[in-house]
Amino acid sequence: MYDSVKVITGIIIFLFLMTSPLWYNLATGKASYVPELKIDSTETQCVESTEFMRENHMELLNTWRNEVVRGGSRIYRASNGKEYEKSLTNTCMNCHKERTEFCSKCHDYAGVKKPRCWNCHNEPNLETSQEGLVYGN
Amino acid sequence: MGINRRSFLKMAGLASISGLGIKGFTKAFGSESETTKDKKQKLALVIDMRKCREEQGCRDCILACHKVHNVPEIENPKHEVKWIWKENFEHAFPSQNHKYVSDKVKSAPSIVLCNHCDNPPCVEVCPTQATFKRESDGIVMMDFHRCIGCRYCMVACPYGARSFNWEEAKPHIKEINPTFPVRAKGVVEKCNLCAERIAKNELPACVEACKEKAILFGDLNDPDSEIRHVLSTNDTIRRKPHLSTMPNVYYIM
Repeated sequence: MYDSVKVITGIIIFLFLMTSPLWYNLATGKASYVPELKIDSTETQCVESTEFMRENHMELLNTWRNEVVRGGSRIYRASNGKEYEKSLTNTCMNCHKERTEFCSKCHDYAGVKKPRCWNCHNEPNLETSQEGLVYGN
Repeated sequence: MGINRRSFLKMAGLASISGLGIKGFTKAFGSESETTKDKKQKLALVIDMRKCREEQGCRDCILACHKVHNVPEIENPKHEVKWIWKENFEHAFPSQNHKYVSDKVKSAPSIVLCNHCDNPPCVEVCPTQATFKRESDGIVMMDFHRCIGCRYCMVACPYGARSFNWEEAKPHIKEINPTFPVRAKGVVEKCNLCAERIAKNELPACVEACKEKAILFGDLNDPDSEIRHVLSTNDTIRRKPHLSTMPNVYYIM
């Protein structure tokens, strides 16, 4: 191979540059970063178990939405027998008070498309409610 | 040996007769008893303009409604949003208007709102079924999540009961009611007959706010209700009855 030294050094430099974000994150400790969620509540449990909510909150919210608006059914009977009002603002946000401290944290971390709930639904803290809203499509 | 044409036709005829028979049987004894079991409501309003006229210039019902539902107050009449408002007699009731309408009737504008029609044209035209007639009580509801803002319903509604959100609503709301959502720019909205309050056994906000008790709310399917009594003992009119939309808001002039 001609110029093997140059070619191999070039390849090594190229690989290093390509993977540099990984090294950077490892060095600064960002790789092990996990979003910290703040919940301001005395309640010990959500309407369903944490594992269920983590996986299925979007489907639960969607079902609630359709059942309330289109079906007129407003009470959710949880698997533990407790009853809750099916309401984002009046139930969920009693505990998950700050969208920016809870919802957005994971959605940003995972790069999930932000839902547009808060263009219409109110937050308990109305002053911060205009932050980072997604308008349009 | 296969069946011949004659016996095939015989069997087909018998099968269809028995099929029809079963359907008729269930219709007569099965489903009908079910519908009488789960009583459907037909919610309606009676607006007594005699009482309403007593308080000239009063806007209590409008203010109460717009406050609980976070309806923005927009000056520009082209962008305004309204759920309940005042309309002159000749505009509210063009088919009942004539040259010699009494001064009493003309003296004050009528309170108008969505009529929650039995035959709602807005529901008919909505391409996404964002507007629908609720089976259980006849409220013409809106699912704002589904509204794409095409405004077909605004064209279809002969009562002008629908408003489009041309502007961002939040800056135009003085005090936001945190328990009720606001609407996004680009959707259509209208009166929901306080579906969220009725669910909690409360009266509609306009009914509750009226000091003169000029607005009566009730279920037309209940023959013993006050609203049925009032309708049977008073002469009432409805807006634009010739369009056969069958409004559920009645007026005593």
